[in-house]
Amino acid sequence: MSYLGSVETPQPWSPEGVQAIVAAHQSLEGPLIPILHALQNIYGCVPREAVSIVAHALNLSRAEVHGVVTFYHDFRDRPAGDRVVKICRAEACQAKGGEAAARVLLSVLGLPHDTAWGGTTTDGVVTVEPVYCLGLCAVAPAALIDGEPFGRFDGMRLCEAVGS
Amino acid sequence: MIRLYIPGDAAALAVGASDVARAMTSEAVRRGVDIAITRTGSRGMVWLEPLVEVETPGGRIAYGPVDAHDVASLFDAGFLAGDDHPLRIGRPEDHPWLRDQTRITFARCGIVDPASLSDYRARGGFAGLAKARAIGPEAIIAAVTASGLRGRGGAGFPAGIKWKTVAAAAGAPKYVVCNADEGDSGTFADRMILEGDPFALIEGMAIAGFATGANTGFVYARSEYPHAIRAFGRALDVVRADGALGAFDIKLRIGAGAYVCGEETALLESLEGKRGQVRAKPPLPAHKGLFGQPTVVNNVLTLATAPWILAHGAEAYANLGVGRSRGTQPIQLAGNVRFPGLYETPFGLTLGELVMGVGGGTASGRPVRAVQCGGPLGAYFPPALFDTVYDYEAFAARDGLIGHGGIVVFDDTVDMAVQARFAFDFCALESCGKCTPCRIGSVRGAETLDKVIAGIEVEANLALVEDLCHTLKFGSLCALGSFTPYPVMSALTHFPEDFRRLAAGSETRVS
Repeated sequence: MSYLGSVETPQPWSPEGVQAIVAAHQSLEGPLIPILHALQNIYGCVPREAVSIVAHALNLSRAEVHGVVTFYHDFRDRPAGDRVVKICRAEACQAKGGEAAARVLLSVLGLPHDTAWGGTTTDGVVTVEPVYCLGLCAVAPAALIDGEPFGRFDGMRLCEAVGS
Repeated sequence: MIRLYIPGDAAALAVGASDVARAMTSEAVRRGVDIAITRTGSRGMVWLEPLVEVETPGGRIAYGPVDAHDVASLFDAGFLAGDDHPLRIGRPEDHPWLRDQTRITFARCGIVDPASLSDYRARGGFAGLAKARAIGPEAIIAAVTASGLRGRGGAGFPAGIKWKTVAAAAGAPKYVVCNADEGDSGTFADRMILEGDPFALIEGMAIAGFATGANTGFVYARSEYPHAIRAFGRALDVVRADGALGAFDIKLRIGAGAYVCGEETALLESLEGKRGQVRAKPPLPAHKGLFGQPTVVNNVLTLATAPWILAHGAEAYANLGVGRSRGTQPIQLAGNVRFPGLYETPFGLTLGELVMGVGGGTASGRPVRAVQCGGPLGAYFPPALFDTVYDYEAFAARDGLIGHGGIVVFDDTVDMAVQARFAFDFCALESCGKCTPCRIGSVRGAETLDKVIAGIEVEANLALVEDLCHTLKFGSLCALGSFTPYPVMSALTHFPEDFRRLAAGSETRVS
């Protein structure tokens, strides 16, 4: 069983595909969140249309499944950009200039860094998301770039690592 | 063949450990030298990462922090024989930072191959489980209780009493749930165990299962830890193939980005496939936990420490520490600190000894202004409180908490009004929404602090913030709402000037 979002090209969704994913996880104790992770791994997001299929299979209401999908920060309603940069905005990274470094990258990418923060570039290439702690606090500031840890950076090194 | 040890720990990877490993391999090939590389966890001296160790007749010799560009010069200097080089650290265990620690929970981390059961067994692995099986459930629980081990997730509840409650609870099946949803900023000890010594956690869960009558364990790990998840999954495969756990099985589940799921009842809801909303207690999880069944919920460190206690005896553990805080605490130093990393030591050092002595002060070289202890819900302490002894009760007496053992250092460029506002923001972002003080109070708190920061009716608005904190503290269902006042009020109490920067001028005008 795979657990985590990859950066491979998302496949287009199909009802049969969703049903197959549900069937593969249905026997788990507490299957819903593993199913949602699997859907996002394959389709790059939890397709809106998949909600009713999952709900029907697990004997839940659509509202219950929708409630779970929207509760957790991880689940997306549309695929992310080709590159995903998760930048830590929590205290240990704040103490090491993480916000300033992030602002440099976001400015270069033309993404907001005020009340709205991050998002996907208009060309769909890069998605920047906030994250609150990666457990990399001893090499702060820290980020995950396409799932790979990156630390001890300033704005310029972060931009280089992202390729911007 | 010469053996090298290079960490595969995520923090080491974040600063290029795999680039170093690749450079070592190609340099060795180029020079026709036969080397083998073992990827370990981290020793915890994170400012020295990537730390490369070479096996020599005199023991392992460490070099760090190594950059891929240093590799050729290390070969030239004869580092494969342990010879001198500007990056040479010497024997890691002789380094004062490691030498002065008492490593119990982290005894093997950074030393062993985390996927090798023979390494684990060679360094005392499964001695605790063997002892547990020999003495039986009652004696196990008595030993854990006598050791004084308290929950290392932050709440500090005595582990033995929790186990006893579950053992005595009627109902089957029972479950052991490991809380590996380590969301506090400034903490990474759980991650280091998952990556560097996962079998210790697995063994601890098997002991807890045997003691309480549970055959199934769940590890709930956060999705922000992809490398830890892979490392722990690998260890589970190895241990299943080996059969060391007998009938006990462990399942790995992944969170989906919700800080509140580190709260034990929200975690159980999430495991059941629901929104991670907090449950009202009682009933306690020990009586009605996962799927309504009796459940032990313990942090990674609590469970990973149990094997040592069983193997070495409760007294050996209880002899360490101070007051009601027995044993050791893996302390995590982070933020703007010169020597960040994991420092396991008996309770009882002062905060000042930890920050200035062990941590070496700030990394920036500027004066320390504040340290946040215990994660985003922990208090900010000024240097004036550096005489506070590191133990649960001493911190509580000063309106702070140890939490999961994180210490985040800030220098004098920090604006404490911004930090207080962030605490409310974080609470608003991560609130599960179940109780009103947390859901609404956090948003109102941020808005009110915005007015304070803008210099609008500062004293009246600060009084409002204080009142709001009182409501949050006593009216919230779980620690997210009830502890958010710690960072806010400590900032207000110890750093009042940061909240009145615009106030002086505007209020003079009014009067």
